[in-house]
Amino acid sequence: MTSDRQTETEPSAYRATPARRALAFIRNTWRGLTSMRTALILLFLLALAAMPGAMLPQRSLNEPKVREYIAEHGWWGELLDDLGFFAVYGSVWFAAIYLLLMISLVGCLAPRSVEYFRSMRAKPVLTPRNLSRLPHHATGTVAGDADDVFAAARSRLKGWRTTERDEGDGYKSISAEKGYLRETGNLLFHFAMLGLIIAFAVGKMVTYEGQVIVHADGSEFCNSGIYAYDSFNPGLRVDGTELTPFCVRVNDFEPTYTDIGQPIEYRADIEYSSGDDLATNTWRPYQLEVNEPLRTAGDRVYLLGHGFAPVFTVTFPNGEKRTKATQWRPADQTTLLSDGATKFDPPGITDSEQRRDKQLAVTGLFAPTPVFNGKILSSAGPRLTDPAVAVDIMRGDLGIDSGYGQSIFSIDQSQVEKGALERVARENLRVGESITLEDGTEVSFDGVRRWVSLQVSHDPTQVWVLGFAVAMLVGLALSLLVKRRRVWVRVAPAADVEGGGRTVVEVGGLARTDQAGYGDEFDEIAADLLNQDTRSP
Amino acid sequence: MPVDETLSRFSDWSYNTATLIYVLAMVFFAVEQAFGRAGRLRAERTAAPRRELVGAAASGPSDPASLTPTSNASGASATPPLTPAARRSTSRAARFGRMGVSLTVLAALLHLAALVLRGLATSRVPWGNMYEYMMAVCLIAVVTWLVVLRKYPSVRHLSAFVLLPVVVLLFIGGTMLYATAAPVQPALQSYWLIVHVAAAIVSSGMFLVPGVASVLYLMRAAHESNSSRFAKLAGHLPGRQVLDRVSYRTTVLAFPIYTFGVVCGAIWAEAAWGRFWGWDPKETVAFVAWVVYAAYLHARATAGWRGKPAAWINVTGFALIVFNLFFINLVTAGLHSYAGVG
Ligand code: HEM
Repeated sequence: MTSDRQTETEPSAYRATPARRALAFIRNTWRGLTSMRTALILLFLLALAAMPGAMLPQRSLNEPKVREYIAEHGWWGELLDDLGFFAVYGSVWFAAIYLLLMISLVGCLAPRSVEYFRSMRAKPVLTPRNLSRLPHHATGTVAGDADDVFAAARSRLKGWRTTERDEGDGYKSISAEKGYLRETGNLLFHFAMLGLIIAFAVGKMVTYEGQVIVHADGSEFCNSGIYAYDSFNPGLRVDGTELTPFCVRVNDFEPTYTDIGQPIEYRADIEYSSGDDLATNTWRPYQLEVNEPLRTAGDRVYLLGHGFAPVFTVTFPNGEKRTKATQWRPADQTTLLSDGATKFDPPGITDSEQRRDKQLAVTGLFAPTPVFNGKILSSAGPRLTDPAVAVDIMRGDLGIDSGYGQSIFSIDQSQVEKGALERVARENLRVGESITLEDGTEVSFDGVRRWVSLQVSHDPTQVWVLGFAVAMLVGLALSLLVKRRRVWVRVAPAADVEGGGRTVVEVGGLARTDQAGYGDEFDEIAADLLNQDTRSP
Repeated sequence: MPVDETLSRFSDWSYNTATLIYVLAMVFFAVEQAFGRAGRLRAERTAAPRRELVGAAASGPSDPASLTPTSNASGASATPPLTPAARRSTSRAARFGRMGVSLTVLAALLHLAALVLRGLATSRVPWGNMYEYMMAVCLIAVVTWLVVLRKYPSVRHLSAFVLLPVVVLLFIGGTMLYATAAPVQPALQSYWLIVHVAAAIVSSGMFLVPGVASVLYLMRAAHESNSSRFAKLAGHLPGRQVLDRVSYRTTVLAFPIYTFGVVCGAIWAEAAWGRFWGWDPKETVAFVAWVVYAAYLHARATAGWRGKPAAWINVTGFALIVFNLFFINLVTAGLHSYAGVG
């Protein structure tokens, strides 16, 4: 064990040349850094530094909340932002602490490993002269020849690492030691932790995560590039060019609920094709559930969420029809009241100016289990029971061609403010109902489809992390639960008994780590050794 | 999955009764503490020199390699000879203490019944919301303490200090966090969740005992350096060595279980949320608490950090566990909050 080593000042005869001083400085820094006390302080710093991540909103988890926080707290918020408090685990100071801790760990482990291998070959220490000074001690006189008693002691201590010594004057002793697994476990634990930290750091480089919405009507998604995703978070070393190819087809999605609308189960009925199956166009079925991601091609596909896509058909005055089912997003997670915008381009108009005046958007609310309060629509639960929409029909220039990307869930409000987009109708519709606009255009609400949102995660290092975590657990258990303990036995022929045949046995014991709990084992050994009359050697 | 209302009602009844019996047991232990005091004080006066010796050994480092006679008188401190009057008053007090233990066992059985009935009522493991979680944690804390009592009978009169936080938590659970029996959401239906939460419950419950023992240690230490501090309470606490040992032995068992719980949580998160670790507030505080307990184990092996600093660290660790349970579930909005108040 490396405890605190005080660096001593060198004797005065020693001339401190600059080179030596530099060397001494390095050595002292190294010793300081790898001492137990430094490790302890670094552990505290790590704990302290991790805390703000739990108390302040974090970019990686909730970007809007961070912006809100900064806006609310003015200069204080900006200061925190500059210091990296909204991205604690990527901040310089957090990295500095754990890097120092890792150096400390390596510096601590290296000498201990050397020491460990040396001690693995070392013999147990000599028997102390005075065993009665030990924490555990017992003595007695037993029947039998000193040699026989000694042999019996030897066989009782089977499984212990022992060394024997003839101390002269008829005295013979055994030193025995057990519990080396403690140190093994301790080293295993610390090395595994080192491995885990490294694997975790590498993971941050090579992982990616992408989210995508897929309609549950046989639609497909292929992991072919970043463009296939609605959002994509690459690791530091991922540029999105080498994604593992595989495809997923979502055939159906059916949630089950309790009577009061509490979800019991979400299950998406999917098929997937990956690896060699891609070439042969072979699809394998899978039931995707919340806790059962699809694991294929080294990637994982998760079922993150679900929602509705109302189906609208627009019949234009010239008789042409357009049908669209755009996903709307759940505004309320318990009742799945959703909002969104389904956008249409008029057919048969080639002039882009004209077309822009005639674009249509159906926007508003969708309720799976509708409840009307007067004309106000809300939802009583997530189940599809005679769904309804409350929609505004907007006509004019949607602003899609403006060059700015716009959300698929909403219309561009600035177009409305500019007067470029106008509301031409407002209505509540059930499935099968329709609205006819003043120019003869008819908008009908035909039904509803479901969509699921999927997440694809790629992290080749996570099995390593798991492996190291398991090794840590094993090491920890060994290290904390195994006791390093010693026992010494000294025998000598009893001097005062005529004719011999009696032997004085003295037993001493010491637990090297924590005395509690060793007493019982020691007492058993001592009892066995001191009651040998009944057991023939 | 219908909920059995009758069983659920029986569960509530057991819960309330168990809480009341814990309170009663606390009274008994307090009586033992108070009446036992006079006798023990007298005993301590007669045995002052002897105590000195034990105390000296206790403050010496438990240096693994040293051959000093650290614990020939280890474990339960050697009981000094008592005067007859002292013996009478301590034995009467001891009777109260034993009755307190019996009551605690009875309450623990009812407590267990409350938990099992909850599980039967909802046909799932009974740790699906904060109320049930709290109930289970308290049960583990009590059971841990009963086990400690078997190993260290001399600390029995401290039972009231352990039951106090238990009763407070049960009261908070029963009034503010109470949730009617109901099934859990899809994300919470997983084997890993069962194992993860079970490990979290067992370790958190066990950590309560060293937390309390460390507080008592600090009170005792403060009293020893200035006898006017905590004069009423600390005067008859057991030696620092015993308190330290109770803390250490329990922490050493609870820590690997806690670590196992965190690992299971990561495995579950990988399956449920798409990543095994995401610095969600709950994960973060669990990590911080883990680091603090690791620091505790280091402190006990570092010169100058044993004793009081180590006790402070242990108390901090438990404070973080409690903080994680209340603050994170109730105040912040992380992925975990949906496991919160039903
Ligand atoms: C990265 C941060 C670290 C963590 C989380 C950590 C954690 C732990 C834990 C949980 C234990 C108790 C289990 C056991 O005995 O094996 C322990 C023990 C130990 N650690 Fe660390 N450790 C860290 C870094 C270090 C460093 C840098 C050193 C060396 C300076 C060190 C030296 C030791 C020693 C000597 C023990 C044995 C203590 C004893 O005998 O009770 N550890 N560590």
